Amino acid sequence: MGLSQTGRYRLSVVSRVVAAIGGGYVLASVATGLLAVLLPLPPAEAVMTATLLSFSLYACAVLWVFAAGSALRAWTGVAVPAIVFGALLAALRSAS
Amino acid sequence: MKAGLRQSMAWLHSWSGLLVCWVLLLVFCAGTASYFKDEITLWMQPELHRPAATPVSSAEAASRAVAFLQHNAADSPRWLIDLPDERNPAVQVRWMRPPGAAASGIGGGRGRFESRTLDPATGAFLQQVRDTRGGEFLYRLHFDLYFMQAIWARWIVGFCAMFMLVAILSGVITHRRIFQDFFTFRPRKGQRSWLDAHNATAVLALPFHLMITYTGLVTLMFMYMPWGIQTAYKGSQQAFFNDAFGRAPQAKPSGQAAPLAPVAPLVEQAARHWDGAQPGRIDITLPGDTNATIRVSRGAGKSLSSDEPSMRFDGVTGALVATVGDTPTAASQTRGVMVGLHEAHFAGPLLRALFFLSGLAGCAMVATGALLWGVKTRQGQARALAAGARQSFGLRLVDALNIGAIAGLPIAFAAYFWANRLLPVSMAQRPDAEIHAFFIAWATAAVLAQLRPTRGMWRAQLWGGALMLAAIPVLNAATTDTHLGVTLLQGQGPAAVAGFDLTVLALGIALGAAAYILGRRSKARTPARRAARADDSGLQDGDAKGVA
Repeated sequence: MGLSQTGRYRLSVVSRVVAAIGGGYVLASVATGLLAVLLPLPPAEAVMTATLLSFSLYACAVLWVFAAGSALRAWTGVAVPAIVFGALLAALRSAS
Repeated sequence: MKAGLRQSMAWLHSWSGLLVCWVLLLVFCAGTASYFKDEITLWMQPELHRPAATPVSSAEAASRAVAFLQHNAADSPRWLIDLPDERNPAVQVRWMRPPGAAASGIGGGRGRFESRTLDPATGAFLQQVRDTRGGEFLYRLHFDLYFMQAIWARWIVGFCAMFMLVAILSGVITHRRIFQDFFTFRPRKGQRSWLDAHNATAVLALPFHLMITYTGLVTLMFMYMPWGIQTAYKGSQQAFFNDAFGRAPQAKPSGQAAPLAPVAPLVEQAARHWDGAQPGRIDITLPGDTNATIRVSRGAGKSLSSDEPSMRFDGVTGALVATVGDTPTAASQTRGVMVGLHEAHFAGPLLRALFFLSGLAGCAMVATGALLWGVKTRQGQARALAAGARQSFGLRLVDALNIGAIAGLPIAFAAYFWANRLLPVSMAQRPDAEIHAFFIAWATAAVLAQLRPTRGMWRAQLWGGALMLAAIPVLNAATTDTHLGVTLLQGQGPAAVAGFDLTVLALGIALGAAAYILGRRSKARTPARRAARADDSGLQDGDAKGVA
C-alpha cells in the first residue's frame, strides 16, 4: 500500500476517533451494566452509582485513546477490558 | 498521536473544543440565562408586575386553582399546579389534554399539556397577561434546542457535553502552570492575549465548568446510559423508577365518578410534615375518578438536592398513602444533589448571581477558545496571507461561524426581548412569534457573517448587540410603568425587574466596550499593515506580532 505520510496520519486519526467515540461508549456501557449487577448495594442504588460513574469512565477511555502511543495500542486498551467485562456479564446472566 | 502526553492532549483539547464550540456557546448562554428563568418570565409579563395586594396562603391558592381546573379541565386525566413562591407571584396550572382534544393555542402550553397563568388571590385566568414562553423558552433551548424533536436535541447536546468534558480534562492536563497562568494576562499581544483570556476564564471558574458539564450529563443520564437499568432491571425503566424514586405505579381509571377531596387541608398537612416548608407543586391524577391520587411536593430550595420530598394522598378520602423521599439513600441523594447543583434552585439571590457570573465565564471560555483556534490558524498562514494568498476555507468558515455565534447570539437574545414588548399583546400565536424573532435575528446575523467574515462585520454585530441590549431598559420604560425610575429609584415594583434591566444594560455596555476596543485597534493597525505590505516582510500583521 503506497499510503503517503499524511494519508497514514489521517487514517490513524479517524481510527482513534472511532475508538474514542464508539469504543469508549461501548466500554463505558458494559462497565456500567456490570457494576449495576456486581455492586453490593440494593439494585436501585447500584444502578444509580454505576450510571453516575459511567461518564468519567467514558472520558477516561477517550483520554487513553488519544494518549496511547499507537492506534493499535489505543484500540487494545479499549477493546480488551470491554470484552472481559462483556464476557463476565454474559457469564453472570447465564448463571442467574 | 503527537509525541508526548501534553502535546497529544493539546491536540485533543483544540479539536474536541472546536468541533462543538458553537453548540456549546448556545447551550452555555441559554443555560446561564436559565438561572433567572422565573425573573425573565416575570419581566416578560409586565401585567404581573403589580403583585396581589394581600399575600395568599399556599392552601388558599391551591383550592382556587383546583376550582379553576374543575371548571375548565374536568375531563383531563392529569392536573399539575405550581404554587406561587418568592420568585414567581402567579399560579401556573397545566393539564393533560384528553385523547383527541385539540390544542386551544392560548397559554403557551406544550405537547399534550395546556397551560394557564392564574391570579393566586381569585383563581381567575389572567387573560390580560400577555402570552409568552418567557424564560422557559431559553431553559428548554439549552437542552431541547428548537426546530427538531427533543430526543434528538438531547442526544446532540449530550454528545457536545461529552466533548466538553474531554476538552476540560485534556485542557487541564495540557496545562503546566495552571496556578501561575491564572495570574497572567498579557494584553494587546495577539494570540498570547487570547490564550491568557481563555486560561483566566477557564481556570477562574474551573470547578464550575467541570461541575456544570458533568451534572448536565447526570440530569439525563438514564437516557444516555440506560445499560445499568438494562442489566439490573431487565430493561424495565418503570420498575427502576418505582424502586428508586418511589413513583407509584400508574393507576387505571375505574370509570366511576367520585368527588375530589379538598386540597387545602392536604397542603397544610404537608407543610406541617416538612416543618413549615411550603409545598411547591400539586400533581393530581384521574381527578373525579374513584382511583384519583393527589401528590404534594415540597417547594424547591430547602435542600441542595433536586429531589424534593413528596406526600401521596388518596384523591377521594384525602388519606395519606405514602411519604416519599424523607430519608433518601446515598446514591440517589448523590444524584439528587448533582442535579440540584446544576439547577441551583437552592441558591439565594447572591449565590444565584455568582452562578450566573460563572456561567458568563463559561460563555467567555467557549468564545475565547473558538477565537483562539482562528487566531492560531491565521498565524500559521500569516506568511501566505501577507503574500496575498486567500485564507483557507476552514479558517474563513471558523471566522464566520465565530461572528455568527459570538456576536450574533446577543442580538438574538435582545430580539426576543424586544419582540416581547413590541408585538401586539393580544396577537394570536404570540409565544411563537417571539421565538421566531429570536431565530430570524440570529439567522440574519449568521448569514451576514458567512457573506463577509471581516473585522468590520465583528464590529457591526457587536455594536448591534450592544445597542439592542443596552436600550432594553429604555424600551421597558416606554412600554411599561415598571421602569428603572420606579423599580430602582422609588424602590417599588418587583426587584427582579430592576435586576433584569440592569443586567442587560451591563451586558450591552460590555459588548459596546468590546466593539469600541476592536474599532480602535483596527484603526491603529491599518497604517502598520500598509507598511508591512510595502516592504513585504510577512510577519508584521497584528495578530502574529505577539508571538513572533
